[in-house]
Order: sequence, then C-alpha cells, then structure tokens
Amino acid sequence: MSDPGPVRLEGREKVTGTARYAAEHTPPGTAYAWPVPAAVPRGRVVAVDAGAALAEPGAVAVLTHENAPRLKRVDDDTLLVLQNDQVPHRGWYVALAVADTPEAARAMAAAVRVSYAPEEHDVVLTPGHPRLYVPEKANAGVPGSRERGDFDGAYASAPVRVDATYTTHALHNHPMEPHATTARWEDGRLVAYDSCQGANAVQETLAGLFGVDKGRITVVAEHVGGGFGCKGTPRPQVVLAAMAARHTGRPVRLALPRAQLAAVVGHRAPLVQRLRLGAGEDGVISALAHEVTTHTSTVREFVEQAAVPSRAMYVSPNSRTTHRVVALDVPSPSWMRAPGEAPGMYALECAMDELACAAGVDPVELRVRNDTAAEPDSGKPYSSRHLVECLREGARRFGWEARDPRPRSRAEGRLLVGTGVASSYYPVFHMPSSAEAHVTETGRYRVRINATDIGTGARTVVALIAAEALGVALDRVAVEIGSSDLPAAWLAGGSGGTGSWGWAVHKACRALNAMVDARGGTVPPGGLTATADTADDIPSDPPHAMASFGAQFAEVTVDTDTGEVRVRRLLGVFAAGRILNARTARSQFIGGMTMGVGMALLEGSTMDPRFGDFAERDLASYHVPTHADVRGIEAHWIDETDPLLNPMGSKGIGEIGIVGTAAAIANAVHHATGVRVRDLPVLPEKVLG
Amino acid sequence: MEPPQTSSAVTLRVNGVRHRLRDLDHRTTVLDALREHLGLTGAKKGCDHAQCGACTVLVDGRRANSCLLLAVAYDGAEVTTVEGLADGDALHPLQEAFLVRDGFQCGYCTPGQLCSAVGMIAEAGGGAPSVVTPPGTAAAGAPVPLSPEEIRERMSGNLCRCGAYGNIVAAVEDVTR
Ligand code: FES
Ligand code: FES
Repeated sequence: MSDPGPVRLEGREKVTGTARYAAEHTPPGTAYAWPVPAAVPRGRVVAVDAGAALAEPGAVAVLTHENAPRLKRVDDDTLLVLQNDQVPHRGWYVALAVADTPEAARAMAAAVRVSYAPEEHDVVLTPGHPRLYVPEKANAGVPGSRERGDFDGAYASAPVRVDATYTTHALHNHPMEPHATTARWEDGRLVAYDSCQGANAVQETLAGLFGVDKGRITVVAEHVGGGFGCKGTPRPQVVLAAMAARHTGRPVRLALPRAQLAAVVGHRAPLVQRLRLGAGEDGVISALAHEVTTHTSTVREFVEQAAVPSRAMYVSPNSRTTHRVVALDVPSPSWMRAPGEAPGMYALECAMDELACAAGVDPVELRVRNDTAAEPDSGKPYSSRHLVECLREGARRFGWEARDPRPRSRAEGRLLVGTGVASSYYPVFHMPSSAEAHVTETGRYRVRINATDIGTGARTVVALIAAEALGVALDRVAVEIGSSDLPAAWLAGGSGGTGSWGWAVHKACRALNAMVDARGGTVPPGGLTATADTADDIPSDPPHAMASFGAQFAEVTVDTDTGEVRVRRLLGVFAAGRILNARTARSQFIGGMTMGVGMALLEGSTMDPRFGDFAERDLASYHVPTHADVRGIEAHWIDETDPLLNPMGSKGIGEIGIVGTAAAIANAVHHATGVRVRDLPVLPEKVLG
Repeated sequence: MEPPQTSSAVTLRVNGVRHRLRDLDHRTTVLDALREHLGLTGAKKGCDHAQCGACTVLVDGRRANSCLLLAVAYDGAEVTTVEGLADGDALHPLQEAFLVRDGFQCGYCTPGQLCSAVGMIAEAGGGAPSVVTPPGTAAAGAPVPLSPEEIRERMSGNLCRCGAYGNIVAAVEDVTR
C-alpha cells in the first residue's frame, strides 16, 4: 500500500480544543469591539451621535471618522476605515463601538445613531452597462484583453459552432472562523493575533497604514479557521482592532459578526461569460472567444480573471479573451478559492460539453482531441501536463465507457440520472520566501518559517519537506510557523504556499547539512543555523508554462417532480506534481470539490437593487454544502515527476479541486434532463423550467 | 422602582468542574460564558446564530448550539465541551478517529463536530429516529443503526467549509461499526 502520509502535527490540539485561534488570546484588560455598518448604499455620514452608546454600562469608546487614528494610504483602499465621511457601499464601516464586554459592545453598536446624506446608487451589473471598460490588468496581473490570430474569420467559417452565455452570482468564502483580531500596543509596539492567510502581508500593511517600522509590529496567525482567499490580504478587522487598541490604550478584540462579512471581506464577483467555440466536424477547435463581464467596487479595482483558462486549456489558433468591468456602488470583490479559474472553467467546460453535443463527439474524447503540449497563449511548452491521462484514468474508474450519450436516457422511477465530465486546471505560482534551519548538538532539528496553516496541512508538509531534505526522520524535526517574527514567507494563497515555503525550507536544510558536513559531521555546542532566501532562485519569466490539471466526473439524479438535483458520485483525478502528504492532499482535493458542489447547486447571493446589499448574508440564507449534500466524493491522482518545478517537484493543490466541479455537475444535469442550465447555482426551478 | 436586574449568579458544571459566575450579564450566552469567562475556547463561534454548529456542546447530555442558550437560563446545568471528551491523555475514540481519518482541516468546526457526534450517537442509541430512518426500522426505543446516510442526516447541523464531511462520516463509522 502506498504511504498514507502522517497525521497533522497540530491534529491533537485541534481535536482536543486547545489550538488557539485569533479571538482566543485574551491579554489582561482586553476590551471588545463591535462595528457599525453603513445603512445606506451610497452617500456621506453627516453626523454620528454616540451619546446613547456611551451611556451603556461598560462603554469605553466610539470611534468614528472624526476621532479615529489617522492612517496613511497603502495599496488597498478598503483598509482606509473611519478616515472620512464617505460611504462607498452599504455595510462599509462608519463607526466602531468598544466596551468592557462583548455584550456591551454589541448593545453600544446598536445604540450609535448615524445620520446620512444618501446619494443615488448603482449596484446592478448589466452586460450593456454604459460604464464598462476593459481593464489593463485583471487579477494576478494578467492582461485584461488578448487576441491571437483572427477569431472572427475562423469562427465564421467553422463548420461546428457554439455560442452560449453563462452567468454566475456573487459567491462568499465564509470560512468557518469569521475574521477576528486581538490587538495590543505596548511601548509603541503592536502585537496582533489575526485570522489571516499570511502574517507578513498583514505586518507590512499595518506598518504602512500606521507609519510604524515593521520591526515594531508582530502579527501572529498560529491557527486559522479557513480562509479560501478572503483572508489573503489584511481585512478591515485588523486595522480597526489596532486603531481601537491605540485609541483606548487597551488590548482590543474584534471578531466580525458573520452577517457583516459579505460586505467587508470580499466576494467572488458576479460574472456574465460569453463563450464562442468554432470547431471542425471532428471537434478540434479553430476559434475560441471567452468574453467576461463583471463588477468591481468604487473603492478598489479587482477583476476576476475568468477568461484566463481559455488562454491555457486547449488548442485555439484563433482566440479572443477579454474582460470588461464596471465599478459599482457594491462591496469590493476579492479572492475566493481559484479566482478566475473556478468560474472561468465553469463556463469553458460547459461550452466544451455543448461543443461535444454539437459535434457528436464524446466529451472525454473531445477534450483529448483538443489537448495541447504548449500553453496556447504564451507558446511555452508545459513543464508537465497530464490532462489526457487524468481524463482516461477518470473515465476508467468512473465507468464512463458504458455511458449512453443521449440526454434523458437513464431513469430510475421518478429520478433521471446523468453523468458529466469537465477538466480542471490551476497554474503553479512560486513566490520568494525565506527560512531558517537549526540543528542541536544532539541532532534535533528546528525549522522556522512564516508559513500559515489555514487548514491545508502546511505545518505538516513543511516538516516533511525538511525531514526529506535533511535526510532524517520526521519526528526529529520541529517546526515553527505562523508569526511575522519568523523568517518572512509568502502567504497561503494562489496554491503557492507549499511550493514557495518548501523551496526555502529545502534550501535552508541543504545548507545546514553542508555546514555540518564541512565540520566533519559534528555539531558544536549551541548548534548550527542555516538561513535561506529564494528571491534569486525563482525565475521571473520561466521558459515553461507550469500548471496542475485534472478531470472531474459527476453522476447526478434529478427528481422530475421537485427538480431537486443530488450528486450521487463525484470523482476527481488530478495530476499535480509530486504529492507530498497523501492524507492531507486528499482532503484538499475533496474539500475543493465539496466547495464546487456548493457552487454548482447551492451558492449564490443576490444584490438587492434597491438596498444595495447582498440579500443572503448569513449561513441560514447563503447555503453552503452540509453533510447531507456530500456523498461519494473521491479524489485520486497520477504521480507526476517534474524536475522543472521546484526542489520537491510539487504543484499546488489547494484550489484545483474546485475547478471543473460545477461544470461536471451542470453537464451531468444536462445529460440527465436535456435541460441546459447556464446560470449557477442549478436550482430546481431552473431545471423544471 | 428598582432598576431591572441585568446580571445574576450562575453556576455551570463544565467537564465535571463546578464554576460559579458571580455576576453574569443576562445577555451572556453559554458559548460566551465558556469562551470569555471560563477560558474554555474549544467551543467555537462560527455564526452566533445557531446556523453552523461550531459551538455545539453537550448540555445535560444532549447536544446544543451553545450560542443560542442564555447562560442565566442554564443555572446548574452540566456542560461537556470538547475539552472534556478525552480521559486525561487518552483521547476519546472519536478524537482518535478524526486524527486518523483526517476528519478536519482548519479545525474550526471540529469541536462542534466531535460534540455533535457524541450526542448524535447517543440519540440514535436511544432510539430517536431521523428523517431518513425508514418507518418501522427499529422498535420504539431500540437503537437506530447508524448507516452513513443516517450519520450525514444527523450531522447536517454542523457545517464544515473545508469540506471534511466524507472523512468525518468515516471517522464516526469507525467508532460506531
Ligand atoms: S456559533 Fe452557534 S451555531 Fe454557529
Ligand atoms: S475543518 Fe475547517 S471548517 Fe471544518
């Protein structure tokens, strides 16, 4: 049997309840904060009357734009809270109540009277919005628009054509731990326990905002209750907690209420995606257009790069991939698990299914025929790409061969049964990081790096990489992560954590072994320490394109009376470099696929045009998958040896699981029913038509 | 007229230890009493609105969302939290199973999942049917067998955004089979 991989190093703390998260550090004298969100969709704060709030027993302070500490501008204006009277969207924070107890803080916040001068607002994304523009760059620095060859000509002359528009609604990350910070200032030093995906990013941003040397700021994120992108960069809670701690001279805890998250921590923006595929009779693509329309806020430009997968997936000699965005009076969108790829692949992979139907080619075979060894847009060869192997292995495990391609060809009583397939894709990112490795005289090792474990198993994988690089058993390696006082490292994002941290850890460990070897294998009293930084090791423009690939297969049942769709089986096969810890890797894949089930069938929030607010803000109205929604999810992988990646041969696995799931399920719904739902989530009323 | 009374003395027995909170704000939930007054931060706050299950503890032997209970109404109650599941250094079999099955990722829903599973197993053992229990499966009061479907149904009040559901069900099965 293959190595099941070690259990999580911090597992015991997590199952016994002793792991401490950001809101679970309580320095003596801690005060509690509760924010006041703007109650108009756009306008100005005319006055804040804190009188009644300050009369509450236990009241400490009310911070407003008039008395809050001044901040310096950094590269993210969503963090400039309580700096002026402007209300850019509903839910934007306009005051912060601070009290001796959480109960009093909450009562105070409810008692703060804010009067506004409301202004006209515009919160509705429409494909013909007059203020749409093509951004120079979309998220991840990709070009907003790309053209290759002659799309219009090739599409017009293609014998088989698909032209379909797919829509998705705002999605919310909703990690189980809401954003929280406990902050305190002592002698001009700031210590913040923050629920974030990377303490260095928070530390640097706080240094900029407060004009304090970053050496005087410590940010700790030892255990983090999930992030999925919405804790990737600092969020307002850490700024507000630090401001309140400075203002009151006490440690301050701010744990954001769940129902406020949608407005202040980012969301996946709604998207309108038009796909046009032109192909030969054999299904081989000659023309591909992927045109994305989305929104951002007036505070910050963030453009979900949903057209990006169409630049990477399939042969497409003539290609147009564009983004158009409009800045509305809405909360600022941001990263949510596989930004760009997750919604972009939903649209592309559904269009591929439509092309398979139009060309009369099996959907697995269609993808195989359109495989490419080089990334179409850059022309760079892939360092490794085993999409076809994933499709074939998945088809074998799933029993795809026996499939009757005709829609509505399988029924069980009042249930219609269908199967669907989609590809998965996620690019590989490496970011400079530093690490330190230490060995004691008695041969015990300690590795220090500011990696962050948001549930990925980072702590464990860092130890595994170190043990392997050192050539020692895992139990001889201790790991310290989760603090900006450690050697600086990339955040847990872009599925780039393991590759980036591992590279630095590997380098430090090898350097340490070399130091020991140079001393004839002996370690002096006090031990030896090696440090490493990968800033010069990571090529800025590598000669190869690097990405993980996969294939997902779904079997669904559709109740013909109620329209309810249930996923009966979901199988993912991935090719993601070398898998370093099978136990936690499987959890990552399955976790992503589970979120994909939510995207396909449950999740989506509605922008209320009149109130300028997401209508579904809590977990009772915004539905995420539950135990009962998840059956039969399986993940497998193909061992990939790729020496061009990094010293471990690994690719990121945190996001690819959500990429392709929604398309596989939507395609299975079409196969079951003959109904092509092009609007997520696939709700009963859309299936019943 | 006397001003209304806004706090009271409340006694909770938590994991076998008696705690007397002498002047507890009536607005304080059992969850906040545990987390902010007793330093027991095992039970988590995921929503504070009985929508996620992260705060699940056992109150007088039954699972409950502690964010929904005002502590003053539970004076004298017996509470078991995740910190009380292990027997000294020996983990509860469910805790062991969660480790081996990787029944969690970030760990934030985990204390609630564990307490909920303990309560759920007892409920089924006591013969309580669920919506997926076929009528007539068990004679009144006889234990309801915990199929994976039963486990999923009965655990659906405990959300896990990391998507560890399959592994959690496997862990529960490990101890109930
Ligand atoms: S915190 Fe109690 S149910 Fe969510
Ligand atoms: S383990 Fe993260 S929410 Fe369940």
